[in-house]
Amino acid sequence: MAANEPKNTVTCTINGRTIEVPKGTRIIEAAEQLGVGIPHYCYHPGLSAPAMCRMCLVEIEGAPKLAPACVTEVADGQSILTESPKAREAREGVLEFYLVNHPLDCPICDQAGECKLQDYVAAEGRKHGRTIEPKRIFGRDDFGGDILYYGNRCIMCTRCVRFMREVAQDDRLCVVQRGNRSVIDTFFRDGLENSPWAGNIVDICPVGALVSKDFLHKARVWDLDRYPSICPNCSQGCNITIDTRDDRVMRLKPRANPDVNSYWMCDYGRLRYEWINREDRLETPLVRNDDGVLADASWHDAALVLIERLKALRGTAPVVIVGSPVHANEDLGLLGRVGDLLGGGERVFRSARAEDEVVLPGFPKLARRRDLAANVRGAELFGYRRVGGDDGRGGLDGLSTAGAVLIVLGDELLDVPETFGQDAAFFVYMGEYPSPAMRNAHLVLPVTTFAEQEGTFTNYEGRVQRFWPARHAPGLARPAWQVLGVVLAGLEDTTAPATAGDAFLRLGEHFAELAGLSYAVIGTRGALINEPVDLIAATSTEVR
Amino acid sequence: MAYPYRHERETRILSEYFGDPEARRLAVWRARGGYAALEKALNMGPDAVIEEVKKSGLRGRGGAGFPTGVKWSFMPKDSGKPHYLLINADESEPGAFKDRELLRWTPHQVIEGALIGAYAIRAQHVYIYMRGEFFEPAQIVARAIEEAYEAGLAGKDILGAGVNIDVTLHLGAGAYICGEETALMNSLEGRRGQPRIKPPFPAAVGAFGMPTTINNVETVSTVPHIIKNGGDWYRSFGTEKSPGTKLFNMSGHLVRRGNFELPLGFNLKELIYDVCGGIPDGRKLKAVIPGGSSVPILSADEIDIPMDYESVARAGSMLGTASVIVMDDRTNIVKTVRRIVEFYAHESCGQCTPCREGTAWLVKILRRIESGQGTEADLDTLLDLGRNMTGTTICVLSDSAAAPVASSIKKFREEYLALIRGGKGSAATVAA
Repeated sequence: MAANEPKNTVTCTINGRTIEVPKGTRIIEAAEQLGVGIPHYCYHPGLSAPAMCRMCLVEIEGAPKLAPACVTEVADGQSILTESPKAREAREGVLEFYLVNHPLDCPICDQAGECKLQDYVAAEGRKHGRTIEPKRIFGRDDFGGDILYYGNRCIMCTRCVRFMREVAQDDRLCVVQRGNRSVIDTFFRDGLENSPWAGNIVDICPVGALVSKDFLHKARVWDLDRYPSICPNCSQGCNITIDTRDDRVMRLKPRANPDVNSYWMCDYGRLRYEWINREDRLETPLVRNDDGVLADASWHDAALVLIERLKALRGTAPVVIVGSPVHANEDLGLLGRVGDLLGGGERVFRSARAEDEVVLPGFPKLARRRDLAANVRGAELFGYRRVGGDDGRGGLDGLSTAGAVLIVLGDELLDVPETFGQDAAFFVYMGEYPSPAMRNAHLVLPVTTFAEQEGTFTNYEGRVQRFWPARHAPGLARPAWQVLGVVLAGLEDTTAPATAGDAFLRLGEHFAELAGLSYAVIGTRGALINEPVDLIAATSTEVR
Repeated sequence: MAYPYRHERETRILSEYFGDPEARRLAVWRARGGYAALEKALNMGPDAVIEEVKKSGLRGRGGAGFPTGVKWSFMPKDSGKPHYLLINADESEPGAFKDRELLRWTPHQVIEGALIGAYAIRAQHVYIYMRGEFFEPAQIVARAIEEAYEAGLAGKDILGAGVNIDVTLHLGAGAYICGEETALMNSLEGRRGQPRIKPPFPAAVGAFGMPTTINNVETVSTVPHIIKNGGDWYRSFGTEKSPGTKLFNMSGHLVRRGNFELPLGFNLKELIYDVCGGIPDGRKLKAVIPGGSSVPILSADEIDIPMDYESVARAGSMLGTASVIVMDDRTNIVKTVRRIVEFYAHESCGQCTPCREGTAWLVKILRRIESGQGTEADLDTLLDLGRNMTGTTICVLSDSAAAPVASSIKKFREEYLALIRGGKGSAATVAA
């Protein structure tokens, strides 16, 4: 029986190495599976392939012409050569053609260092140029929004046009004119203004033709340190890299994840990073001394006060916890566990909400979600209740803090009355920034932002995703999970988790949804939480 | 008469009524036997029509010379999708002016051929894609289409045979590249006129994503005659591999210029010296472009060849559209080639890098040579660029720009060298 079934794989060799791939696989994809990179410009895995840059021409033994690897499907028995003299000559020729008009302004070009033209020419271009003719001049065009277009640098790969057409499905760019007078242009006066997704065309531009105004001349890319992370700005959880220079965040870039954001991210998330660079930070623990003044203290002393007071109040005082949905699962979960050990009580969080989702039509899984914080789902999972308005304010008036243990984590409390927490038996403020509400706190503990620690966020659909530290913590600030781990050790008489990974495993012991997950399981692509969401049942009322 | 001149050695099948405005009228055309072939075809059935055209050996007249019957047989028989026949009337190749005359003088010949073709490939719609500058032919063809509709020869239930074929005239905006069949489809659909990557081929995914065949005006104009007289009759003209007659569009330094219809395989030398009356003013022949500006140039001593697809290819050039451009000894070859390449640089759609950058670069180098600023190394660069531009792009516009450069450097190198070395001792500098 099996022998009669049509074979749905093909076997070929690429540079002498054999590979079996599903029918319909393109040469460039098959080669990538073997770790063979084929230079290309117009091809992008998230877009259609017009096969027009002619960089990916490869030799198929026996074929009269070179084939574009980006559209040619692998056929059985083919011998494909990507490094044969013919293929190399073709690439060298094409690269020379690019340099006829591409300016050599790399020293002032933002793309230098991550420019595919620079890379390929350095690797395979002619050693000396043959063109002495003057280059054609287009100049610079403000496309609106964050986008600037340098026509002279454009190599006409049309990735930007295709992104706007196929993925954003918002046809705002086109090629005008033809031949070497071709240039990318906008249709309307507004250009790309207010396009929620336009920033992506800067990412996919292989050269410095499309650059971000925000990043313009801010840093040379070889000076950047890049850290894998998760966008904190909404509950989609786009995978990103945080690019820093000298410990300051310079830009956010999307990191491919087919389950979450493909190759894209929205401009809302992309351009909201300055808060990570805030310098008005809490840098040392503060303990209210006998004179009623918050005084610098060592972590050792602060932790002792914290554990001692909590032990004393355990089981007798009501517990009120205010969390923040921009804090990691590890932070919120361990804090929840502390709350449980102290006797349960109230857990709330506040989060700004947008009016609408902004869906990316070409990849509808990706949207700028309504919740404008990365870990709303995580907070809810650990028993935190949303309070306050869609502006992320209010909602704390109803909390009864009288005689209570009040722990605030990561909420800046900018809108609370002067009396907030005054009546609490013990008020712990764990935060990144000084807050006016600290006036009533007994203990202030400086903690790190997500960008300064390791941890995980749980996105809108329950996908737990890891992020890594991207910059140094200021002063003595520590990840909240680390502080809370010590508290738990004190309350439970166990050891504190040594790493974020350990802290995450602790969560699984107490919150069933996370059981079975670990940093290894989550990996770089994330893992869905083990939760009883039955999508079929949820949409069909007849069954139940 | 072969318009505007005639010659007794012609075999006039397509061009019989060139120059006769009466032939544009449906009544006159029918009285002369027009649309009889359509009626015959409708009785034969589509497959028999394709077989007959296959038997005739008719090859596409748009330049590539692919057998028309075979092309038609690529169309799926029961795809369940609408099929389209596109008539390529975007004649823009410098030197070519045969389709224009067919459209101007014998619009019903074109329409009848198109209807037969559409019937054969089971198409319900014919688009005649005409270049935007063809103002007069467009008016004439539009009127002819109206007449055909009024007479029940197009539209619903053609000639009572229960076949529906619409005919639409579509005017392009005047881009050369839209004569390339896939660019033509893009343009017709309202997209940028730039060639598509093949595969998929038009017979599978063509205009509007449907199975499509694209035929040249001269090709479909021949079809009614083949149906009327049979494939064997058509094979009695021309050569074994290149049967039939062909319109030769003769231009340049000739006593008689214009279209001459001759059997394929006709000797080029006789064509120039006998049919066209030779070179005027006692001048000598210098060079010939045998198939439109995109094919390699032949020098004066290479022209004793039969004008059929195989023989011209053997001589190192191409029959193309049989648009013969004749140049006498006053011609500045470098200037001519520069002008040709300028055309391609201007008309390159700009998709593929070798073409977009290469054509414009060739022009710049040629201009520099022309102005006396060239070096001998430039000639090697030109040849090298030409090689890099050949076979590396989606369509063949790039190859077309490279071909005249390479062939002219090979055959008229001394003219380039004369300009490079100071412009002395060459006829090339006289007329520039």
